[in-house]
Amino acid sequence: MGRMTVIDMSDGRGQGTAGTGEPPAIALRGVRKNFGAVQAVRGIDLDIASGEIVAFLGPNGAGKTSTIDIILGLSHANAGSVAVYGIHPRQAISRGLVSAVMQTGGLLKDLTVAETAEYTASLFTQPRPVAEVLQRAGISSIADRRVGKCSGGEQQRLRFAMALLPDPELLILDEPTTGMDVEGRRGFWAAIRQDAARGRTVLFATHYLEEADAYADRIILLRHGKVVADGTSSEVKAMAAGRTVRVTLANPDQAALLAIPGAESVEVRGETVLVHASDSDAVARYLLTQTPARDLEITTRGLEDAFIALTSDDTDEPSNTAGGRP
Amino acid sequence: MTTQSVPVPVPDVSTRTAPGMGGFNTTVLKLEIRRLLRNRRTVIFAMIIPAFLFLLFGLNSSYANLRAGHGNVSAFILVSMALYGAVLATTSGGAMVSIERAAGWSRQLRVTPLSPTAYVVIKILTAMVLGLASVVVVFLVGMGTGKPTMPGYLWVVSALCVWIGSLVFAAFGLFMGYLLPTENVMQFLGFGLMLFAFGGGLFIPLSQYPHVLQTLAKFTPLYGLNQLVHAPLLGEGVQWTWVVNAIVWLAIFAAGAVWRFRKDTARV
Repeated sequence: MGRMTVIDMSDGRGQGTAGTGEPPAIALRGVRKNFGAVQAVRGIDLDIASGEIVAFLGPNGAGKTSTIDIILGLSHANAGSVAVYGIHPRQAISRGLVSAVMQTGGLLKDLTVAETAEYTASLFTQPRPVAEVLQRAGISSIADRRVGKCSGGEQQRLRFAMALLPDPELLILDEPTTGMDVEGRRGFWAAIRQDAARGRTVLFATHYLEEADAYADRIILLRHGKVVADGTSSEVKAMAAGRTVRVTLANPDQAALLAIPGAESVEVRGETVLVHASDSDAVARYLLTQTPARDLEITTRGLEDAFIALTSDDTDEPSNTAGGRP
Repeated sequence: MTTQSVPVPVPDVSTRTAPGMGGFNTTVLKLEIRRLLRNRRTVIFAMIIPAFLFLLFGLNSSYANLRAGHGNVSAFILVSMALYGAVLATTSGGAMVSIERAAGWSRQLRVTPLSPTAYVVIKILTAMVLGLASVVVVFLVGMGTGKPTMPGYLWVVSALCVWIGSLVFAAFGLFMGYLLPTENVMQFLGFGLMLFAFGGGLFIPLSQYPHVLQTLAKFTPLYGLNQLVHAPLLGEGVQWTWVVNAIVWLAIFAAGAVWRFRKDTARV
């Protein structure tokens, strides 16, 4: 199963607008982080380009929050380097280039919603107006409510509003919908998606597969502090699961189908033929050009299956023999 | 691997600037003071209790009108209670960092341009504003009763001495706030300050204590301060041991606060 780790750093992604030599939004090189004997991050290399919407997906303890803390300058890597728009994370925060929505806490109960935003706004040199960010986060109507009286979802929208104040180029969200009900989660993501449409770079950590699938252009799957898969959601699914090509074909030649490069197994159910393939394109091309197959359909396994396949502990990964995992 | 349909222009980092003075500004100061005044327990601790204690002890006709230096005993007790209120106020102000750390607010501030040093400066200034409010309230209540008498300039000088002296306890509050990450820090500190107040002779003159206790009391943190703030009223000069007591305790609290603060910012 070692084939899953397909991380190609040489494709030029992360170089920003091609050819200009501008630094990427985030550049991590060989980043490691230990907490005592526990290795939370075990060597992550990553480039995230401007305008990408990226999900850090992984189970608890995969190193998502540790990596985000390093990107935000909240903790220091034990090894490796991190740059945000080519500068130190702390500088990027001071200049309002990057802001973050943290998991929980981080609010004062005795301030109102508007006061909290006003407080935060006063710290930046060129903040957006408080009224504007409250409106964009959908909490204008509760501006005068004490934070302590707000629901979890409202508090999270307030954190989002605060993160919008510097009009950041990069927005980082660490498990932003933890503890929200379904409706709250949907509303929150609607606000984020509307915002991201303006071209902001977004990095969010989640262990909700459907969130990563629905909202990210790119999914980075983390396990045990390492990147185990990196690509679009369909690429990640394909890495773990391959695809299934389904056609209607009378009298199929099972042996010939199995001989197609990339075909892994063939199942025949009357006139319906299912070919499980690691290279579904090759199989589809063969079926459509060399046989009278019709009604061709390519499906991937759900992201959930890919997630389990890629992050489960029995996955064979040679470099993962050292102890000290929580 | 990633399909990126629209090329997004890379932001020009140089157009963005960081704020001066580590993000320190008056809006934050205003909101911090508003928060303190909104906290009913802080207001009761720092203003109502000291004023009430003055009304309880400062008006007793059997001693209130006795002479005390340039004024009377009632004025002496007024200064004591103002000091008690001011140190409660500045300690509460400093100890707010404890509540903010427990709530994760300090961590939230780390993803803003506010520097840790600017944050501490804001906390100290907020504590001092509350301390001033406390002194003013206690003195106004005292003035309202008409009992304390002292020359006009001594009202101002005594109030200033109390207020400036309470800075020692802003450092104490910060130290404790960084040491004890709990929402209930003031419950401990309120009790501790009461012991300090007895030790410093704010409630009962030290001369009425047994000899051993009198000697011990001279090493407690409110002893030197209490003697110093009464010095203008009594007009009997200043003993160097008072100054040493106040300065040593200020140094201890400030060093403790800096030590915990450094640890805190390194860890987060």
